Amino acid sequence: MRVAFAGAGWQRNLVNNVVIPLAAVLLSLVVGAFLIMLVQVNPLDAYGALAKGALGTVRAVTQVALRSVPLLLIGLGLLLAFRCKVWNIGAEGQFFMGALAATWVGLSFGSWPAWVVLPAMLVAAGLAGAAWGAIPGLLKARRGTSEIVTSLLLNYVAILFVSYLVRLPMKDPQYYLPQSAPLGDAATLFLIPGTRLHAGLLIALVCVPLVYLVLWKTPFGYRLRVVGANPTAARYAGIDVAAHVVAAMVLSGGLAGVAGMIEVAGVHHRLMTGISPGFGYTGIVVALLGRLHPIGVLLAAYFFSSLTIGADSMQRVVGLPVALTDIIQALVVLFVLASDYVTQRKRD
Amino acid sequence: MSWDALLSTAFLISLVASGIRLAMPVLLAVLGEIFSERSGVLNLGLEGIMAMGAFGGFAGAFASGDAWLGLLAGLAAGAAMGLVMALFSVTLKTNQVVTGISLVILGTGLSAFMYRELFGVSSRPPRVEGLPDLNLPVLGQIPVVGPILFQHSVVVYLAVALVVLSWAALFRTTWGLKVRAVGEAPSAADTSGINVAQIRYVCVIVGSALAGLGGAVLSVAQMGLFVENMVAGRGWIAIGLVIFARWRPSLALAGALLFGVADALQFRLQALGFAAVPYEFLLMLPYLLTILVLVGSSQRQAGPAALGEPYVK
Repeated sequence: MRVAFAGAGWQRNLVNNVVIPLAAVLLSLVVGAFLIMLVQVNPLDAYGALAKGALGTVRAVTQVALRSVPLLLIGLGLLLAFRCKVWNIGAEGQFFMGALAATWVGLSFGSWPAWVVLPAMLVAAGLAGAAWGAIPGLLKARRGTSEIVTSLLLNYVAILFVSYLVRLPMKDPQYYLPQSAPLGDAATLFLIPGTRLHAGLLIALVCVPLVYLVLWKTPFGYRLRVVGANPTAARYAGIDVAAHVVAAMVLSGGLAGVAGMIEVAGVHHRLMTGISPGFGYTGIVVALLGRLHPIGVLLAAYFFSSLTIGADSMQRVVGLPVALTDIIQALVVLFVLASDYVTQRKRD
Repeated sequence: MSWDALLSTAFLISLVASGIRLAMPVLLAVLGEIFSERSGVLNLGLEGIMAMGAFGGFAGAFASGDAWLGLLAGLAAGAAMGLVMALFSVTLKTNQVVTGISLVILGTGLSAFMYRELFGVSSRPPRVEGLPDLNLPVLGQIPVVGPILFQHSVVVYLAVALVVLSWAALFRTTWGLKVRAVGEAPSAADTSGINVAQIRYVCVIVGSALAGLGGAVLSVAQMGLFVENMVAGRGWIAIGLVIFARWRPSLALAGALLFGVADALQFRLQALGFAAVPYEFLLMLPYLLTILVLVGSSQRQAGPAALGEPYVK
């Protein structure tokens, strides 16, 4: 395997996992500053408003924590898939299918006690996301169809399906807007009364060590990584590559589905098409900036959550479009890629 | 509305005619991706490149008042994105999948950012004058064939000419032979004196320019305005259609027409108030069709042997 940086192991790890991501974030913010200057706004004002919007108040910090939950869950799932070199870019659709399944269970069995309904919603959402992810996985395994294109195109299908459901069969007749009826108390997540914090935060945090254990402490995780590192070698070693490709899609789809459940049960309390500002796509960047490691993904999810929450107030205060955060996301990934090149050259 | 209306000649003629028109942005993107992939670079950034082309085209046409200059600006915006893709995937030898995905995010974000900065948000978005439909003398008067083939804007004939040109460039010139050699066996091509990096740069930039032009056709020639997310997956559909087309310009035309007719059908049925199927399911048609076509064609074809692999000497 190629070594990314010459030197002792810990030095290499430090550069790869700490220095490169931090440098990439910093450089992206610098390039972003130039772009901000180009449209005649003082970048210090803009970033000041952004930082204040993300860190300034208790409410802001709560919001950032909440917003990082779906990013963390999706990022963790994608880290599993990407480690296996399965390019699932359909987390957005898997998220929506999870949200849909959870809402359906929550509305249908809302009269049951919370300790029955909430786990049922969670399981249903995980299964729905997993099933939606399994489609490109099976097509890849059975027919060699690129999972990249199919998983992405299924996003459009899932979102259109949900928008049909909330426009007609699941629509709340009391409102004009296309959205489902609200979930009952038994079907909503809570944690600390008086704040918007909900138990989804705990579910997501528990998944961090869980993903680590699966990937590095189980034979299954080992096989996933071998398939990702060298599918030919994996095949010679007797690993069922196709089965692991499907498993990677199912697991990442399942986690995205769970994220969907948490958003409807914890934040919106009903189904609508506006439940995701592109979590599935930001999740890809989260997994990559997190260097495909659970701790890294945790930090990256928090960072991008701050960025998006901060960007809302930046738009209010200095009038910069929130699309700036998309640009910064893309730049972060490009800078990570470029730094890998620089450190690899150093070795040669 | 009855089934008879669907099967009438007038409906079918207008369906195919608008299918041809709607196929053009995708066709240009497919052609572009064929150049890129034939040289061994998987350019997944099309969706973002088309968004930049759509924005650049609109802004160019708006500023100059000339649709042609707009299309040229879209072409240039696409080429600029292609330069970034080439810089990373060829010179820096980065992972092409990851680079492509970040270009999608970059192009979508940058086009939305610049549009908001330059044109603001308004309930009545600014529009530009598109290109007029031609009605070719004599040919345009032929029944059935005339309205289907000979009453389009110049863009349609230009795109079809580009199909022939791309075919000729890839399969009838020495340069095309080099491109295919670089995509199949870069080290052998290198040994025989072909500059692998140069070929890949040219192919990725030309390919992205074509995708940018496709985006500009969408915004300038067809809609006359720019809307965020107006590309709506066409870039991804184009990547899928490249596989269906077996990396051949002629089949690219067939694939794009398939998409175009599905898109036109969806529009027409909505316009006719076809109530039997909710419009969301009609909107799904082009995406589902692309997936089906991809599944149907993916097993036999492998594509250029070095596709997706950075070339390291």
